[in-house]
Amino acid sequence: MANIESSFLDVSYLDTLSYQTTIIHRLDPRIKLITTLFFIATVLSFGKYEIAGLIPFVIYPVVLIALGNLPIAYLLKKVLVAAPFAFFVGIFNPLMDRAVLVQLGPLELSGGWVSFASIMIRFILTVTAALILIASTGFNSVCMALEKMGAPKSLAVQLLLLYRYLFVLGDEASRLTRARSLRTFESRGLGFKVFTNMIGQLLLRTLDRAKRVHLAMRCRGFDGEIRVSRPLKIGGRDLGFMLGWSGLFVLMRLYPIPQWMGGMVAELLK
Amino acid sequence: MHMADALISPTVGGAMWVVTAGLTAYSAGKLKENIDDSRVPLMGVLGAFIFAAQMINFSIPGTGSSGHLGGGMILAILLGPHAAFLTMASILTVQALFFADGGLLALGCNIFNLGFFPCFLAYPFIYRKIVGERPTPRRILVGSLVAAILGLQMGAFGVVLETLFSGISELPFGAFLLLMQPIHLAIGVVEGLVTAAVVTFVWKARPEIMETAIAPRAIKAFSMRKVLGGLLVITVLTGGVLSWFASTNPDGLEWSMFRTSGKEELEAPQKGVHALLAALQEKIAFLPDYSFRKSAKEEPEKAGEAQTRGKSTKEESWPAVSVGTSLSGLIGGLMTLIIAGFIGFGLRKYQGRKR
Repeated sequence: MANIESSFLDVSYLDTLSYQTTIIHRLDPRIKLITTLFFIATVLSFGKYEIAGLIPFVIYPVVLIALGNLPIAYLLKKVLVAAPFAFFVGIFNPLMDRAVLVQLGPLELSGGWVSFASIMIRFILTVTAALILIASTGFNSVCMALEKMGAPKSLAVQLLLLYRYLFVLGDEASRLTRARSLRTFESRGLGFKVFTNMIGQLLLRTLDRAKRVHLAMRCRGFDGEIRVSRPLKIGGRDLGFMLGWSGLFVLMRLYPIPQWMGGMVAELLK
Repeated sequence: MHMADALISPTVGGAMWVVTAGLTAYSAGKLKENIDDSRVPLMGVLGAFIFAAQMINFSIPGTGSSGHLGGGMILAILLGPHAAFLTMASILTVQALFFADGGLLALGCNIFNLGFFPCFLAYPFIYRKIVGERPTPRRILVGSLVAAILGLQMGAFGVVLETLFSGISELPFGAFLLLMQPIHLAIGVVEGLVTAAVVTFVWKARPEIMETAIAPRAIKAFSMRKVLGGLLVITVLTGGVLSWFASTNPDGLEWSMFRTSGKEELEAPQKGVHALLAALQEKIAFLPDYSFRKSAKEEPEKAGEAQTRGKSTKEESWPAVSVGTSLSGLIGGLMTLIIAGFIGFGLRKYQGRKR
């Protein structure tokens, strides 16, 4: 329970991060969305035994975290919290794929371990990229970007409202659970019956709230559209950001940079 | 059962994005058709409700675990399929962005697995068929239970198929299926029971809400065959186009396949291989030339020489990454990391000085 409450706190923390005004925050949300998606797609397009080629991609999150003034420890912690699914599906690779793929002297690594490592690196890269997007852009701007890029209006409005009421209902639910846990001893009262009554009550309150919200919105002239006073504009800097990074991603995808660097070190050692 | 980005290929992710975008546009269009803008705030607030309801859980007797509300089914019952699908899509988007629960590229897959199956298949064809126009608590219970179980089974099957087509995980089809389906049978039973209990509660306390929700208005103009047909065409087209693009473009996916399988390298002998081989035997060149063609070439030969002691499991088709390439890759990778770290550190210092 506690960790769900704190994960709601996390959401509001991510949101506060997005109110900064660094170079990264000032970029157009559409640009950041597209660049993030391109980054993820490029990372995922590597073969399943690739490790070395993935590492240079770290540069993207590193630069954005540095320039966007984002807390790196916090982001890493969030990545770890989300890791179980990829970990548990990936951990079967070493069990299934036992043929030796890499030999480092006496150390034999099976293909499964290599692809498992690859999965975890992909996971870290893609999740960090998504978190950076939200921490440097803010949810409202991402929604606006989605709508500008052709997502249905009702979806965008719906996303905004969902986000708006997430905190309100989250507070309500955490009050309910706190009240319940204060009144339960030896886990009596934590069962199904009480649970459904609580959820049912919460649902009824939610429906009433939705009605009030709708009436209030109608009174203020809501017609299914949300108007934004701050127009989005893509400038030269935004285009530079997108093209620069995309170009770098393509380069890093096509050329094995770590291999070159390792090779150069070898030359020097000789 | 949220799929992570790390486990899917861009082709699968892209194809499912296109399919999901189509479904979203279709649902949004349908919603606009029966102009009912009171639904929009209701949808948003109900989406937030699903989140909030997931904070409250109950202990399942005898197992020590706890269960909570899943979402898709109850939304479909309260909102109808189109609005429920849009709400599910927005819930999953928020989860992907804020909780890192399922990835951005995998969002299409997740919305399809957790939104399409319960809203467009399980709800209209199972729940409504069982519950009918005049609900009773028993009908609601049976309907929600069966619909939730089957909806989740389809979703889990979707996860298995998408993982299989992506080819990142080594899990064989059968084993993964045996892993996923029973787990989601259990989850489905819990979700079905919770859904039934909550729906019955609302139906007893405020029957008028259920009546407006149950009114079959939204479902009349709903031709499943068209949607399914369209989906099939879209999937095949995008999958086909994307994979064709990937395979005709030598720098695309295929390239990495060649690279990992080492086939291209095997057939293209390079100069200087012998020198490298000799160096390798003397164990001096633990980091051979950076050109990975050469190093990949020497791998099978080296394997032949060094591993004649019997247990050589290496076949030619096996992805061949040689000691040299992997070591130089490792060292190079470490260096890249360090450099990236320095860049980040420097940028942050610069940023700090400016403020």
